[in-house]
Amino acid sequence: MHLVLVGTSHHHAPVELREQVALDGEDAQAFAARLAADGREAACLSTCNRTELYLAADDAEQAEHAAAAALVSLGPEVEPALYRLQDRAAAHHLFRVAAGLDSLVPGEGEILGQVRLAQELGTTGPLLDRLFRQALHSGRKVRAETAIGQSPASVSAAAAALAEQVFGSLAGRAIVLLGAGKVSEQAARNLRSRGAEITLVANSKTERARIEEQLVAADVVIASTNAPGAVLEAATVADALRSRKGRRLLLVDLAVPRDLDPAIADLDGCYLYDIDDLEGIVTETLSLRRREAERAEAIVAAEAKKFHEWHTSLDVVPAIASLRARAEEIREAELQKAESLLGRLDDSQRRAVEAVTAQIVNKLLHLPTVRMKEAAAAADGVLYAEAVRHLFGLGEDER
Amino acid sequence: MAELLFWPALLLYGEAAVGYFGEVRRPGRAGRAATWGVRLGWLAQTALLAVQVARDDGFPWETWASSLSLFVWLVVSAYLIWGCRRPYRILGLVVMPLAVALLVVARAGGGTGSSGASHYSNLFLVVHVGLVLAAFAGFTLAAALSGLYIWQERRLRTRPATILRRQVPALATLDSLALRTVAWSVPLLTLGASVGLVRLVVRDDRLDALIAVTAVTWLVWCAYLGLRLLGGWTGRRAAYLALAGFVLVGVVRLALPVTHFA
Repeated sequence: MHLVLVGTSHHHAPVELREQVALDGEDAQAFAARLAADGREAACLSTCNRTELYLAADDAEQAEHAAAAALVSLGPEVEPALYRLQDRAAAHHLFRVAAGLDSLVPGEGEILGQVRLAQELGTTGPLLDRLFRQALHSGRKVRAETAIGQSPASVSAAAAALAEQVFGSLAGRAIVLLGAGKVSEQAARNLRSRGAEITLVANSKTERARIEEQLVAADVVIASTNAPGAVLEAATVADALRSRKGRRLLLVDLAVPRDLDPAIADLDGCYLYDIDDLEGIVTETLSLRRREAERAEAIVAAEAKKFHEWHTSLDVVPAIASLRARAEEIREAELQKAESLLGRLDDSQRRAVEAVTAQIVNKLLHLPTVRMKEAAAAADGVLYAEAVRHLFGLGEDER
Repeated sequence: MAELLFWPALLLYGEAAVGYFGEVRRPGRAGRAATWGVRLGWLAQTALLAVQVARDDGFPWETWASSLSLFVWLVVSAYLIWGCRRPYRILGLVVMPLAVALLVVARAGGGTGSSGASHYSNLFLVVHVGLVLAAFAGFTLAAALSGLYIWQERRLRTRPATILRRQVPALATLDSLALRTVAWSVPLLTLGASVGLVRLVVRDDRLDALIAVTAVTWLVWCAYLGLRLLGGWTGRRAAYLALAGFVLVGVVRLALPVTHFA
């Protein structure tokens, strides 16, 4: 059985094309079910960066054609942006995808859940089930053994990570938002997902006294207004600090021009980061992710090789099973023939004869079995399987 | 037997110290190997101390050198409580080289061999020496946590792009752990030192320099607790005070023991 992949991703298609073939959960499930109608296995992985169809079929050409036609039916212009991979290359690709190595941001963690969902919604069988299971295992292994997913990959995630460096757990921490730009909203969402609470969203109409009052209780201040100058002076923060009993305050300034007086950084217990600081951190963490990606590629390659060996061994498994069945048949038949002699033996002697004959069969077949599996891994499996069938007359009785 | 156990303990602690330096350069395997070095070294040293107890049939750490060996064991024990967790591994950079150096000094002073029969009761030694050393081990750990706090706080203030590269405990966590460690250690020192003072009065012995400096040390750590719990001290100021307290612990443990144990 062959493995076929047809799809497109952010490497090959701009968003205008990708959105034509993007599928939600229900559509992806129906799509996979339709492609699997001819006895194939099928799964559809659709994210904002990619739509990929994975098929397991005896006829690779036909499956590839069907998958490509299905995608083109969603958006005819996507045809030139499709890539087509088979067997080892297809498996290796999914392993890289699950590890986040093919993502826009290397090592991003969301893709693992999306791969799992694709498996759950797919019409899978032994081959695709194994493929997706091993891809997920490989993705988890990469994240456990490398630092590829540990550092933040966006300004908003960096702000949340900095807050954790200062406060540890963010549960119950108070956030004050000055202005509500897109990035500051994302940062606030990141903090809230870690348990922090927004206590004030201030805009140009919010009273000054209210901001100063909230500043006393705040743990994190995120500023991103369009004001032409500083909206929070060091003196105001210094006043608030007097009532804070030494509690730490993280201030994140995402605005240009800056909203927060740079002199705040000199105040005891205040940690001030502006947009340049955060972008510097993100650039550094992305370069770390890219360095870690080299280690991740090695892990993925090793895991993909294991899958390939298992996949190719499928070519010789029926031949090995037939060979062993034939040998066992002969052994039992010969023991039957010798029944008149064996009848004189007691139970323990009979068991010994059974064990010795079974051991002879096993020892004789051990090396051919190993060699056939090795040949399968080297892509000669089908030839060897045919040779064994021919030499031992396997399957001739059925013809 | 004790001789056989000393070397594995020293080598494993040494391996851990080197491993933690490797962890700073590239986090991962070196740190894991170092943590195992601490665990196995601690087991070896525990066995060494058990052999000493069995051989001397009592409390064998009444000399300054042998008490130093026990002190090392207590410090490593306290470190093991947190040190195995990844963010705290970096503490090993301070604790393990210190443990190696002190263990070597303890051996040079004969502290890993037999101390002979003691003229003190075992109960007195356990309560006085044991509790004082446990408290000093706690202060050492609190000082290491405070040192890490100052380092991490400086990094957060200087805002390097590499700030998130290394897993380090949060400032608030370091601060509260140091406080909790001192809150446990001060009562231990109070009890251990009180027992010693009672005996001093009963036997009409003289005060020595170590007793005086220990009293100052106790005052500094009490002040630390008082300022933190009542005076609202947190963060950098409290961390510097902890380091000052640790300097006194160092003087008590290394510079003055001769006057006391003589």
